[in-house]
Order: sequence, then C-alpha cells, then structure tokens
Amino acid sequence: MIRFTKVAKHYPTGSEPALADVTFHVGRGEFVFLTGHSGAGKSSLLKLMYAEERPSAGDVRVSGFTIGALTADEVPRLRRRLGIVFQDFRLLEDRTAAENIAFALEVTGSRADVIPARVARVLGQVGLEHKAGAFPRELSGGEQQRVAIARALVNDPPVLLADEPTGNLDERATRGVFQLLRDINASGTVVLMATHDLDLVRQAGHRVLELRDGHLVFDSAADQEEPA
Amino acid sequence: MNLLWREALLSFRRTRLLSVLSVVTIAFALFVTGLFGLVAMNLRLALGQLEERVEVVAFVQRGTPSQTIAVATSDISAFPEVREVLYVSEADALERARTELVEFQDAYRDLEVNPLPPSLELKLQPGYRDARSAGEVAERLRGFGFIEDVRYGREWVQNLDRLRTIAGLVGLAIGSAFALVSMVIIGVTIRMTVLQRAREIQIMRLVGATDWFIRGPFILEGAIKGFLGGVLAVALCGAVFAAFKGQGVGLGLGLTFFGPLEVLALLVFGTLLGLAGSVVSVGRHLKRV
Ligand SMILES: Nc1ncnc2c1ncn2[C@@H]1O[C@H](COP(=O)(O)OP(=O)(O)O)[C@@H](O)[C@H]1O
Ligand SMILES: [Mg+2]
Repeated sequence: MIRFTKVAKHYPTGSEPALADVTFHVGRGEFVFLTGHSGAGKSSLLKLMYAEERPSAGDVRVSGFTIGALTADEVPRLRRRLGIVFQDFRLLEDRTAAENIAFALEVTGSRADVIPARVARVLGQVGLEHKAGAFPRELSGGEQQRVAIARALVNDPPVLLADEPTGNLDERATRGVFQLLRDINASGTVVLMATHDLDLVRQAGHRVLELRDGHLVFDSAADQEEPA
Repeated sequence: MNLLWREALLSFRRTRLLSVLSVVTIAFALFVTGLFGLVAMNLRLALGQLEERVEVVAFVQRGTPSQTIAVATSDISAFPEVREVLYVSEADALERARTELVEFQDAYRDLEVNPLPPSLELKLQPGYRDARSAGEVAERLRGFGFIEDVRYGREWVQNLDRLRTIAGLVGLAIGSAFALVSMVIIGVTIRMTVLQRAREIQIMRLVGATDWFIRGPFILEGAIKGFLGGVLAVALCGAVFAAFKGQGVGLGLGLTFFGPLEVLALLVFGTLLGLAGSVVSVGRHLKRV
C-alpha cells in the first residue's frame, strides 16, 4: 500500500534535510506508529504520502500512485483514496458535525441524494449519531477529533493517515480516539499514526517506525525479521 | 452546480462592500464606454444622413460650349467615386431657386440678369461619401479648364468625422481605465475572500476537491458581478439618454438609443470583464493558501 525507497526531502529553506534515505514498506491491513522527537520528520513523511510535498530524491508510492510523478489532476484523485487527520482537527467552525462531513462529499462531487446516508453511517461508526447537529465549539476535543475521523472515512479510503491525532487530547479522549483508529484498522483500513506518546506506542504492540533527524532509525518489523 | 452557486453567493455576501464596489466600477467602466459609444453612434447616424447629401458641385464658366460639357460629363461619370453627374444650366438653377426658396420667389422673378452660374452636380457612390473622396474628386474637377470653382460639404463632414473619432477614442480610453480599475478591485476582493476562506480551501484540497472545483465559485462570482455591472451600465446609459432626449427633441435632433445588439454587447463585455478579473487573480491567490 505504501512504499518508500531511498527517499529524501530537502526544503528550500532548510540547511539539513528533513528526511534522508528513508526506505520502508507498509502492507495491507497494517497499523503502524510513526514516532520520533519533534522535528524528526514525521509530518514531512506523511506530507509526502498525501502529496502535499514531493520527494527530493527516491520513490514514494501510495495506493498505486507514484507521488514524485503526480500531475496536478492526479493529486485530488489520490486524496480521495486517503483519509487524513490532524492534531488540530481542521473542522469548519460555522458548520455542524454532519455538515463538516457532508462538505467532504459535496466538494468531491458526490450526488446530493447519497450524502445524508453516508454521513449518518460514518457518524455512527465514530459513535456520534446524537451530535450530528452540533457545531465544533459545542463538542469536546475528543468528539471533534471523532468528527474529523468520520470525515476522513466518508470516502471509504484504504489508507488513513493521522498526524498526532491525540496531541491535543487528554488521556481519556486519547484512549477513545486510539481505540477508534484500531477499530477502523480492524475493518481492513491501513492506519499510519504519527505520535510521540510513547506510553500509547508501548502498550499497543503495533509496528513502530522511528525517525531521528530525518533518518529512519528503527523499524520494529525489520528488526523482527532479522535473524537472531 | 447547486453548491457552486451557493458558494459564489455566499462569498458575495461575505465581502459585501468590496463586491458592491466591483460591480459599481465595472458598471462605471461600461457606462462611460457606453455613453461615448452612444454619442459616437448618434454622430455616425447623423453623419450617414449628411453623407447621403454629400454632393460635389462644380461651377461651370458661362458660355462653355455644351459639346465640351457633354464630353466632360461622360469623363466625370467614369470616375470610380461618381455615381451620377447632373448638368444644371443657368435656367435650371434659377428655376430651382424659385421653387425651393419660396421666400425669395419674388426676388428671383424680378431679376433681369441670372446670377446663378451653370453647374455640374455630382452624386458619389456609397463607399466614397466622405470628406477625403469628395476632396479628391474636387481636385480632379479643378483640372478641367472650364470649371471655375468646386464646393463640397468639406468642413461639416470633416468636423463631424473627427468628433466621432474623438468620442469613440475618449470613451474607449476612459472605459479601459475603469475596466482596469474594476479588474484590480475584483482581484482584491478575491484575495480577501480567499484569505477568509483559507481554512475551507485547505480542507477542500485535503479531501480531494479538484482545483477547478475550488476556483469555480470565485470565477462564477466574478462573472455575476460583471453581468450585474453590465445591467447597471445599460440602466445608467438609458437614464442619461432619456434626460438628453427630452432636450434633444427641442433642438430637432432625432437621438437613437442602443439596439438589442449593443445592449447585449455591454452585458457580454461586463461578464467577460468580471470573468477575466477573477480568472487572472484566483489562481495567483489560491496558490498562497
Ligand atoms: N515547509 C517547511 N519548510 C522548511 N522546513 C520545514 C518545513 N516543514 C518542516 N520543515 C523542517 O523539516 C524538519 C522536519 O519537520 P517535521 O516533518 O514537521 O517534523 P515532525 O513532524 O516530526 O515534528 C524540521 O527541521 C522542520 O523545521
Ligand atoms: Mg509534526
């Protein structure tokens, strides 16, 4: 589903590369943590996956798309095959939970008559049917993140990217959101979650990729494969 | 489609003042252009009527043998500019003066010597009824030895011609200046809307809206503003025209307003102006979000 081969990323303004020689592969059905200190390159790595940035060197493949070679027309097609979630939720304040989710369908050209049912389905999936009419300011942080996750799921993406989705949440909400992501993964969606919540990482027992200063310094899957 | 219109109208409301300003400047650009166009158009119509009457009159020396005149007449008829040559003898001229100038009938009847010289009256071909062609024909006529003097409505025609050109150019210049200003204002409006909607646009991109989908409402909004500007401009022109027509009738001027084609042109032009203004700036501003 996701394959990085000797990937480097240099920002025009940065002296050090944000990513250097990163190689890994994520297969079907995996749940992968992406960890590392602040500035290690987690967000940059995710941005390459949804073509917000292009690789400076190497090859990035996501769901059959080659990121380095995407035309402007292909970027929206890639994004419709991805769900993306952020620390700051990125909800529209002047729209209700249901409208925020419907927005993602409207602007990608869904037929108006199928929208309500699909919105209701994902709201149910994240356990917020009863909050459909609430505005973001009327929701807790955890609930807002659930709405954002529902929006990310509404196009049935095979891959969900989450950049520190629990970074703004208290412990209880963190557990709830994390459990939700695991449920989504259990239904077959690949989940890639950047986080520096090491407690969460340790307890979960999922695959871990660790970045340090742009280098991939640890891949739990690769280490397991290594002969003892 | 629905969403496109909704978004376009929504952003219109969000930047109401600037939106109204862009409509007004577009209207003004088209109004000024339209007003001068109206002047030019009426001058052209007046000129057309005058040109119908553009004649070149060549006065013939008394006593020129009719044989000479007949030969010259057929020569002159062969000029490409000339449609018709009429010889008006001294007697004909006097007769005409008596019938046409009723006030002076008595005066002409009592004359003992005919003061009117014989003349050749030339009617020009439709394409040559302008000051320049008339002047050229006059120049050639002067080459005939028996022709004493040549007259044509030179000054009139030239002045009106010049006035029409000036009206057209001034209208175009002022109109273009306002058109430019209106495009700048549309650009500023779009920048404000894009900034206001930055979050929304970011989210649209994130979930996979196409670039044209994101641009659509902005471009539609620009076109709507342009169209409204055109409507306003036609209304303003109509109001000014109505005010002038009242006075024009007193002066014996038969003024004419735009036909449906000119009205349509103003509306289309306004729409294109709004469209161009938004297309030019939306890409640039969206890039910064
Ligand atoms: N748009 C950018 N322009 C220049 N440098 C950037 C940009 N985005 C990130 N960086 C730099 O790249 C490095 C990695 O950043 P980032 O991917 O955000 O790390 P993380 O998400 O792990 O905190 C940092 O040194 C950061 O300053
Ligand atoms: Mg980050």
